Amino acid sequence: MTDNTITRRTFLKLSGSSVAATAAVVATPATAAGKNAPVPDTSRTLLPYPRHSVAPITQFTQGKPVSFNYPDASSPCLAVKLGVPAPGGVGPDKDIVAYSILCTHMGCPLAFDSGSNTFKCACHYSMYDAEKNGQMIIGQATEDQPRIRLSYDEKSGQIAALGIDGMLFGRQANIL
Amino acid sequence: MNDQDRITLPPVGAQRTDMTCHFCIVGCGYHVYKWPEGTEGGRAPTENALGLDFRKQLPVLTVAPRPTMTNIVTDRNGSRHNIMIIPDQNCVVNNGLNSTRGSKMASYMYNANSLTRDRLLNPRLYIGNQWVDTDWDNAMRIYAGVVKRTLDKDGPDGLVFSAFDHGGAGGGFENTWASGKLMFTALQTQMVRIHNRPAYNSECHASREMGIGELNNSYEDAELADVLIAVGTSAYEAQTNYFLNFWLPNLQGATNTKKKKQFPGETIPTTRIIFVDPRRTSSIAAAEHAAGTDNVLHLDIQPGTDTALFNGLFTYVVEQGWIDRDFINQHTNGFDEAVKANRMSLDETSKITGISVEKLQKAAEWAYRPKASGQLPRTMHAYEKGIIWGNDNYLIQAALVDLVLATRNVGRRGTGVVRMGGHQEGYARPPYPGKRKIDIDQELIRGKGRVMTWWGCNGFQTSNNSHALREAVMRRSQIVKDAILKARRSTEAQLVDAIYEATGKGGLFIASINLYPTMLAEAAHLLLPAAHAGETNLTSMNGERRMRLSQKFMDPPGSAMADSLIAAKIANTLKSAYQAEGNAAMVNRFSGFDWRTEEDAFNDGFRQAGQPGANKIDSQGGDTGNLVTYERLRAAGNNGVQLPVKSYTSGKLVGTEMLYADSKFDTPDGKARFKPARWNGLPQTVERQKKKYRFWINNGRYNEVWQTAYHDQYNDFVKKRYPMAYIELNQSDAKELGVSAGDIVEVFNDFGSTFAMAYPSKDIKPNHTFMMFGYINGIQGDVTTDWTDRNVVPYYKGTWANLRKVGSMDSYKRDISFKDRLYA
Repeated sequence: MTDNTITRRTFLKLSGSSVAATAAVVATPATAAGKNAPVPDTSRTLLPYPRHSVAPITQFTQGKPVSFNYPDASSPCLAVKLGVPAPGGVGPDKDIVAYSILCTHMGCPLAFDSGSNTFKCACHYSMYDAEKNGQMIIGQATEDQPRIRLSYDEKSGQIAALGIDGMLFGRQANIL
Repeated sequence: MNDQDRITLPPVGAQRTDMTCHFCIVGCGYHVYKWPEGTEGGRAPTENALGLDFRKQLPVLTVAPRPTMTNIVTDRNGSRHNIMIIPDQNCVVNNGLNSTRGSKMASYMYNANSLTRDRLLNPRLYIGNQWVDTDWDNAMRIYAGVVKRTLDKDGPDGLVFSAFDHGGAGGGFENTWASGKLMFTALQTQMVRIHNRPAYNSECHASREMGIGELNNSYEDAELADVLIAVGTSAYEAQTNYFLNFWLPNLQGATNTKKKKQFPGETIPTTRIIFVDPRRTSSIAAAEHAAGTDNVLHLDIQPGTDTALFNGLFTYVVEQGWIDRDFINQHTNGFDEAVKANRMSLDETSKITGISVEKLQKAAEWAYRPKASGQLPRTMHAYEKGIIWGNDNYLIQAALVDLVLATRNVGRRGTGVVRMGGHQEGYARPPYPGKRKIDIDQELIRGKGRVMTWWGCNGFQTSNNSHALREAVMRRSQIVKDAILKARRSTEAQLVDAIYEATGKGGLFIASINLYPTMLAEAAHLLLPAAHAGETNLTSMNGERRMRLSQKFMDPPGSAMADSLIAAKIANTLKSAYQAEGNAAMVNRFSGFDWRTEEDAFNDGFRQAGQPGANKIDSQGGDTGNLVTYERLRAAGNNGVQLPVKSYTSGKLVGTEMLYADSKFDTPDGKARFKPARWNGLPQTVERQKKKYRFWINNGRYNEVWQTAYHDQYNDFVKKRYPMAYIELNQSDAKELGVSAGDIVEVFNDFGSTFAMAYPSKDIKPNHTFMMFGYINGIQGDVTTDWTDRNVVPYYKGTWANLRKVGSMDSYKRDISFKDRLYA
């Protein structure tokens, strides 16, 4: 075991038995790693989601979804103006929401049905409610559809994507 | 919303074992990866055991892990491990598909910091006013003590059981054998009912008497059929991957090449599907999408009129000559009597079933009119609870199988008359030690029995007439609770005395052997912790008789153990007690449980059926079960072998794809028997409720929840969607009653009352409803009647009740989607 991979349990055990040992353990990493080695940032528990502009508010009319990719080019998403306020909804009417459109069951593209404000998968017939946080209405996924966190800047009128609630299909982590 | 945004990947070299999904009957194949906590694989395909390239977005339809497919488990030596349970692409059942149930398997393994934290870890004893943990020895001395006292003084009729008889979770050949040997050979009690019905009986008496076992084809036959007929079954929700992986490709025309190859010289028509169901289901909507509405026919019959429907079709096809005369003459008996007894004109059939003559003719033409090339169409008939829990199970099945026999839709590839099934199967037991079928629930209500054991099942949520059952059981339980409270500070022997004495005053001593406390904990005095698939080796078979071994990959939590070993513990405790008394005869009865592992139980039961010198064993493995070993099943992996096994050849178990391919049926003379099935209307008990109450309370399973929600009730994804049982009702009816989505309604009739969450729908007919069956919060069985057929099979689907609004829940209205569940 190297000093910088020491587990918390071992650390406590050592510190309980000898103060000197504790001091040695704490002191070691700096000397072992050397002055110029990059120090990993362990202060953050959230993934480094980028901030992406989606579209100006003027582009949103009910029933006309706006396509965009988030957090990268291989993750298609859809922003929609629902006409009714919804969880996570932004804009003056709190009714603009966005979701990943890869079904988390097996990655098939979801179609948005503006008549019912639902997303539908033609592969295995899963359906999600855009008005209810992407809740699975029926289907074969085990989670609600991942929702893209949005912000709305009143001054510029811009809708932007900030992060994701839920895990995208086909990845080890939402950020590749 | 799931809050996990990354997944721990299995490293190259992680342990991999096979697991068959233990939820629905389909039994999808999965792989279990297990590796030490604190280690993980990388994103490059060479760095993880899945061989997937996570450095970029995985393509559509990749079998990719989800957070619910992962967990962290702890073995009894304290070591902690990551696990991942992910579909097996090479399993012929699911080819990598997962349902919303199966892909939660990893989440449902025990982890003290997760949704499974309520698992029973140790035996638990109710000491009059509180639950306390105890060890197995103490628990066994009390349980076996009361059992022995009852057996010695009153005989086995005082010992009542409600037990699983199946495979999958809480079942398996090991466990049905062990519990069966305990109940039937050692205790010799007849007072046993099966987990979902009030007696010890079959759900397919008629079909079996006609010589046709109910699982007679392969899933592949659903790909080869010209026509699929689905009677009272919604496969999209209840047998999901059978539907998605076999029915859909056929409906989409994707199996035509296969058909042409298999059936040279035969016309291959566009595949069509006929649904018999009063309700428009999610499966109908999906089939219309896949096959086009022109190729889907929905026979939306009046509830309970199936017998009339099949009799009408039978009469019609006989008149048209769309039957196989040679087959009928050579391989069946009783055709003429059945034609006479079942005779019903299309006009009369239409009047009773509510289906137009035109539609009836269309159904007959699709399913039975000879094809252009001359052969009778290959029509597969699949049925489930609409028939099994229908109006006179025995008669409906007879009427259906008559129609199937006349048109020879059994024993040919692409046909079959099969039940779709609920859970997997896994039956191997000594014969039931009685001749009569006893309605156990009624016996309990009447005050019979002293010791009641619910084994791997939950009668409070899944019985008919459950309102009356619960009322009686709770009342009788309290008598014993009071006695236990008074007996505090006494010795074990004195406690046993006190309990036994209370059972003589109307009391009922209640034990429950299960994974969780369940609703039965409200009545029980003793809870014994069982194990499930993955924590114990378990063999089961699916709806095409495909047997697999789900391998143990972790220890059961706490001191929980496999049901087979719990049975052995009970038997061995009783054996010791009789040994101490020098009672050789009883020692002998309780011998034969010297099992160290579940494999010992498997070898003692499943593998002994039909062997020279062995006692009679009723086994779904038949007399060739001896060819099956754990080692051979491990080698067969997730594809296993289809029972019955024909041989073990070149290191492989060779099974049976289709039964009755040689037209030799399960009757003494090998000929199938037609069975007269005269239409007899609704039972009087049910008819009375129908006349008195407005709404038909249809009920059944729904996609997202498994059985009584014993795991799912702790899963936020499920609970947020269904915090209580919902009841679908027609939008106009709802309006008339002043009920809107998310309101709470009371459902009531002469048999009881229950609550449900209103889910108005445009698809359901006026005066019809559909309520979740067996759920934790709102028990549908409370309003089901006590009527059963001649074999004590209930009519769960047949009751009528009224609805009234009792309240309105803001959080339901805010958080729950009440949108149409049917794909459009």
